[in-house]
Amino acid sequence: MASRPGPTQDIEFTLNSKPVSRTASSRMLLIHFLRDELGLRGPKIGCDTGHCGACTVSYNGKTIKSCMALAVQADGAEIDTVESLAGESGDLDELQESFRENHGLQCGYCTSGVLMSAKFLLERNEKPTAEEIREAIHGNLCRCTGYVNIVKAISGAAHGDEGLALVERLNREHAKEVSA
Amino acid sequence: MTAPAKEQTTTTTWTGQSLPRKEDERLLKAQGSFVDDEGMYRQGYAQFVRSPYAHAKILSVDVSKAEALPGVIATLTGDEVKAMTEPLFQFAPKEDGSQMSEYLLGVDIVRYQGEGVALVLAETREIAADAADLVEVEYEPLPVVTDGVAAAEPDAYVLHDSLGDNVAWKGLFDWGDIDWALENADHILKIDKLHFHRYSSTPIECNAVIVNWDPGTDMIRVVSNNQFPMFGALVIGPSMGVGTDQFDFVSQDIGGGFGIKINSYTSIGVLALLSRKAGRPVKWIETRTEHHQSGGHGNERTFLDIEVPVMADGTMLGFKMRAFDDAGAYLHYEPLGAVIWSQVVPGPYKFKHVQVDYTETLTNKCPAVPNRGYSRMQHLWFVERVIDLVAQELELDPVEVRKLNYVQPEDYPYTTPNGCVYDSGDLPQALDMVLEMIDYEGAKKLKADREGSGKRIGIGIGTTLDSGTNNFGQSRILNPELPFSGNGEACTALLDLYGEVMLKLGTNPQGQGHETTASQVAADILGMSPETIRVWTGFDKSHSTYIGFSGTYASQFAVTGINAVIGAVEKLKAEIIEVAAYAFEVEQDQVELVNGDARIIGNPEAAIPFIGIANMVFANNATLPHEMAERVSLTCRHVYVPPFELPDVEKKYGNLALTYSTQTHAAVVEVDEETGKVEILDYAVVDDCGKRINPMVVEGQVHGATGLGIGAALKETFEYDEDGQLLNSNFLFYHAATAMDVPNIKTSHIESPSPFTGTGAKGMGEGGGAPLHTISAAIQDAIGPGKAIVSDSHNPPERVWRMLNWDGPADERGVTVVSNGDGA
Repeated sequence: MASRPGPTQDIEFTLNSKPVSRTASSRMLLIHFLRDELGLRGPKIGCDTGHCGACTVSYNGKTIKSCMALAVQADGAEIDTVESLAGESGDLDELQESFRENHGLQCGYCTSGVLMSAKFLLERNEKPTAEEIREAIHGNLCRCTGYVNIVKAISGAAHGDEGLALVERLNREHAKEVSA
Repeated sequence: MTAPAKEQTTTTTWTGQSLPRKEDERLLKAQGSFVDDEGMYRQGYAQFVRSPYAHAKILSVDVSKAEALPGVIATLTGDEVKAMTEPLFQFAPKEDGSQMSEYLLGVDIVRYQGEGVALVLAETREIAADAADLVEVEYEPLPVVTDGVAAAEPDAYVLHDSLGDNVAWKGLFDWGDIDWALENADHILKIDKLHFHRYSSTPIECNAVIVNWDPGTDMIRVVSNNQFPMFGALVIGPSMGVGTDQFDFVSQDIGGGFGIKINSYTSIGVLALLSRKAGRPVKWIETRTEHHQSGGHGNERTFLDIEVPVMADGTMLGFKMRAFDDAGAYLHYEPLGAVIWSQVVPGPYKFKHVQVDYTETLTNKCPAVPNRGYSRMQHLWFVERVIDLVAQELELDPVEVRKLNYVQPEDYPYTTPNGCVYDSGDLPQALDMVLEMIDYEGAKKLKADREGSGKRIGIGIGTTLDSGTNNFGQSRILNPELPFSGNGEACTALLDLYGEVMLKLGTNPQGQGHETTASQVAADILGMSPETIRVWTGFDKSHSTYIGFSGTYASQFAVTGINAVIGAVEKLKAEIIEVAAYAFEVEQDQVELVNGDARIIGNPEAAIPFIGIANMVFANNATLPHEMAERVSLTCRHVYVPPFELPDVEKKYGNLALTYSTQTHAAVVEVDEETGKVEILDYAVVDDCGKRINPMVVEGQVHGATGLGIGAALKETFEYDEDGQLLNSNFLFYHAATAMDVPNIKTSHIESPSPFTGTGAKGMGEGGGAPLHTISAAIQDAIGPGKAIVSDSHNPPERVWRMLNWDGPADERGVTVVSNGDGA
């Protein structure tokens, strides 16, 4: 890249289980570093103020919004992005598969961040309730799904068919299918 | 060998199934391609310099310091734009021919906070931001107009001198005989004012553009997330003095649109000019604050002097009112909103006599643009408010009043007072179903039980229409000279060299699953699995197929897009069969398509795989008769055109939309008397969009529209202070609904097939803003009769608290009933 004024810093960290060693501009945000310097497409930019959650990544095991951190803060850290979810084979993991089966995404822009928040939840709470799921993703804005199928997808990944049945029952308990 | 009926090749195996989407794997693995994931060689980064003032004269723009900053490539000012372009095309000049003058950048005067006045292009986004700060703009503030009603007053400060006043468009809509109805009604309900607020569906991906004006070819390649690029080309092409043939619009994945992303055409135009000046590709990613200040807002509408003639049994004869739309500072896509509401004049009811004195005004606010439910939901919210206030003030049951006034199942196709034709539906059944889903009787009991507890229960119903496939001929009501009418969409279905089936669409979806649903209907026609059909992802004008209406907006893919697919695939099927029949030396009606083979009916052994058909046409054509080899292309384009006629512009009468989905919502809310906070305890939706091609996708649209509507009803609003400063310029101050704000949404459905679409499907993506209607009604129910009325579509705790604690005199409630014999 052409001129990039200002101080820089050499940083080393682990990204999706692989070592990274780079020089980062001190003023650069982590999200820009991940996207523009390292070429990742997973973390997205939606708001610049830490509210939308599209840039959510795992930082030393905790989720952070990567637009709220500087690239130089990655030094020494272990960072995982949504790119870490699908295995070496490229197959969707259980959580991703549940999103596909339950239509847990529409435009897909918020999805990377939602998946990282969901993964963080399920690592700490294997069998979350619908309320716990909502609490866990409340920092991820989605404008397409009304969150209904996101909750269903995370519940499905956690509880399998049992969880889906639970959510389905909640959805349907008073509903009656009628064909005119 | 006997020949069974030909129809057996057309199955309905895939259409109607909830297939997981083709799009999902790439999106889940972050392998989608959104604009910011892309780039062009040698690109620079653009930053707009925007006005901090809502209204000001531009005295000077000095870019010298910015240009001196190392890394800056070029700048562009409004004066330069003015010198090289024409003002943007206006849809509806006034009767005297006067019209506003808007350029692609602010020239001489800025008219809203966030209006662009200059552009900077630099080697990095950081340098571009620094350089934009170095552009020195001298402003002289002007008086600010922020009230969409007061803007029309004769003494209001005029934004656009060339117009003479702040009225963008004005018209009287008058159907039936409202004077007769008011004279003969048993009661007249009068409401002083209702107000539908300004908000946006705020897609999480902001607007984004990468553009290269190639100096060698003069081609303008635009990678963007604009959702209606053909419209953009039609507007900016003449302004820029370029042909639409010079534009290559490209988009793959788009991070939400909701109509708002129609508006980025002005940005595309000016960024293209910057690219031409710099001789470099230009990348621009809008910031969230820019998006809120200048990306486009939904329409704000005020209803005044409402009069509703009602018979003693609750039969409503119609209504009369004055409506003011606040278009903001410029007309972007507007004033189309001034007629689009008239697709749903009586709402879902059989009102016969309607008079609307409509005015669209200009104010120092962000331009209003289409936002999910565009123009109709404002009107439908009004209609539902009227219904519930009639019920409350005349002590009628809101359920019975609805059922009494609904268009009934046996009335379809039903012609509204202004000539629109409602195609099908069963509203009474939908209402019964949705009430059962919220346990209506139980909710009423809960309401009684909670009385005096400090927590009040409110029950609300919202019936709404989602009109789809609009007739652009309605724009002639604004301007009879406009050369627009009808609608349509294109598709090309083809075999590739080795017989692979491909579809190319004219749409550029933002999550609506077009790749999946298109492949489902094509699979049924060709007798193969959707997995084996490649739907080209995204849109690229250089290879996609399109007409002037192509794009993804206004709830129409299920009708226009899918019918284009069906037409194109049927043509492809006919060509495959013709070639196969020639090879088999049988009649064409002896050939069927099964799992990618053309075969003789009843003889699975006699099969030519599609690769063989493709080979004969593409690479072995000496085996075909010369006439067939030249005629058959296996590249079959179809344009679906809905059956529309021109409206009668004098009477403002005609069929303005092809399909009408219905949605019936019901909510139970709890209102905290101490704080005014509204919590949704239960929420249910019954959707009726006719034949569902992929029910899972349809339900996803219902959820999404409901989530946005709930957010708008309780959390989301764009508000300006008296200086025209937007108070909600990011997601801290604009509270987009989170997973904690949207409850679980129960859904159910009815399928009333449309008789007008071939497939029975209807457009359904917008949802008609039903949660706004429903939650307003529920809050009204919680407040109870004889108190304040819910007169605004947005009800945050403070407003609810004020209504709960309002203790004014009865004649200041803003609603009165005059009964015949009372001297009405």
